[in-house]
Amino acid sequence: MFYVSMFFQYISQYVKTRLQYRADLLVEFLSDLLSQAINLIFILVVFGHTDLLGGWSRDEIIFIYGFFLVPYAVFSAFFNIWDFNERYIVKGELDRILTRPIHSLFQIILERIELESLLGAVTGIAVMIYGGSQLGLTLSWYDPFLFIVFVIGGALVYGGIFVMLACISFWADAKTSIIPMMYNISNYGRYPVNIYNKLIRFVLTWILPFAFVGVYPASFFLGKKEWYWYSFLTPAIGIAFFSLSIILWNQGVKKYRGAGN
Amino acid sequence: MDKYVEMIRIRFLMMLAYRTNYYTGILIYSINIGAYYFLWQAIYGGKEQIQGLSVTQMTTYVAISWMARAFYFNNLDREMAMEIMEGKVAVELIRPYNYLGMKTMQGLGEGIFRLFFFSLPGLVIVYFIFPIQFTWDLRVWSLFAFSTFLSFFINTQLNLLTGITTFFLFNNAGLIRAKRVIIDLFSGLLLPISFFPESVQSIMKFLPFQGISYVPSMIFTQAFTHREAMTAIGQQFFWVIILILPIQLLWYIAKKQLVIQGG
Repeated sequence: MFYVSMFFQYISQYVKTRLQYRADLLVEFLSDLLSQAINLIFILVVFGHTDLLGGWSRDEIIFIYGFFLVPYAVFSAFFNIWDFNERYIVKGELDRILTRPIHSLFQIILERIELESLLGAVTGIAVMIYGGSQLGLTLSWYDPFLFIVFVIGGALVYGGIFVMLACISFWADAKTSIIPMMYNISNYGRYPVNIYNKLIRFVLTWILPFAFVGVYPASFFLGKKEWYWYSFLTPAIGIAFFSLSIILWNQGVKKYRGAGN
Repeated sequence: MDKYVEMIRIRFLMMLAYRTNYYTGILIYSINIGAYYFLWQAIYGGKEQIQGLSVTQMTTYVAISWMARAFYFNNLDREMAMEIMEGKVAVELIRPYNYLGMKTMQGLGEGIFRLFFFSLPGLVIVYFIFPIQFTWDLRVWSLFAFSTFLSFFINTQLNLLTGITTFFLFNNAGLIRAKRVIIDLFSGLLLPISFFPESVQSIMKFLPFQGISYVPSMIFTQAFTHREAMTAIGQQFFWVIILILPIQLLWYIAKKQLVIQGG
């Protein structure tokens, strides 16, 4: 209960501070929209020259991209920890975090929340509705529920991977550029995995399971029976990776000695 | 002139001091090239050619445009925005050099560094991983080199322009980001301009973006005839000259209305 009330208190504070600078917020929305539009334009232009991409049609690819945007938006809103090393370890801010009464990871998530990223989910759903209506997809009563489950699963996959990467800073002091690299790898998950070779497909499924953020769960709604098994694995993979990352985090915090000062 | 050459040298040495960052950079670029490589393979499917480009030419196009990006790309807009917001620009303005010229030279120093420590080793790695076709025709290489040099100027000028807007907008982080994604798409980095629908292409002819990535990459893959290459380079050159105008104009207005708080 305490955690829930903390969560809402932080959110209300956050909303207040953001609304102080509305122009800034608007520009951020617009530039987010623009980069999503650019990705869509890319897909549209590419399908001006081909009918199928590894057996997937244009509208299916658009639908997958739309789906991808939703868990990605949830991830960006709540797991803004890409600069964990500089912000918390190098500057010693983690000392302050550890004196707080809630779990350290939860505290950091609350401090670094970026709710405006959730707008990406709205765009994503709009894109899915467009793609879905082009394909003539119909909604069953259980689809919205499964959608929520898959979105949470996908966001947890992302969150798990990035928390694990943040954990590296507990053991290694040096600044690494692994995180920007991971953002680039995650882009692979936006397209059907069957266009990649076996090795990359394996990596995207089991090691850095970014495919569970886009293609796999989206194929359920597209009625691609051969991928159903993977679709239903989404929440399991999400929970597994996220739990693993929390275990790692707890180990790391035990090892943390402070930055001095 | 000496002081500008010195600027290039200093920036080069500065980059050299932090070179370990660049090894992962090569990996990041390879990952990007890889993603687009597979994507294009799938797009081509069984097709021999799309818009006059074969699969191998397309792979080469992707690889070379990312490697050229390492040379022309810089964060001058963000650096300028920081300096302007923090008020450091006041000190820069009283120094005995042209601020914009000095920024350009810093960018060039950075570019030359990345050319030697990033693009060249990166190109070797990419050459062994992906099925790329290199030409050994020196004429193509020299045209490509010259064209990339001009891309650097067009890109840098657009960065300076974005940087100067900080004087008027105060916070232009959003604009900087927007400029970046627009350049990625419309410069031809993500896909060749010839793939766009005709109507879009005719609009883009009147914009400077394709001079950044499309022109040098098309020259390198030899998708341009010699004649087309020369006209394209001419257009690049034209843009380099034209873009000086808005930069000087905005710079002049900015200096007039500049207010430095404290110092």
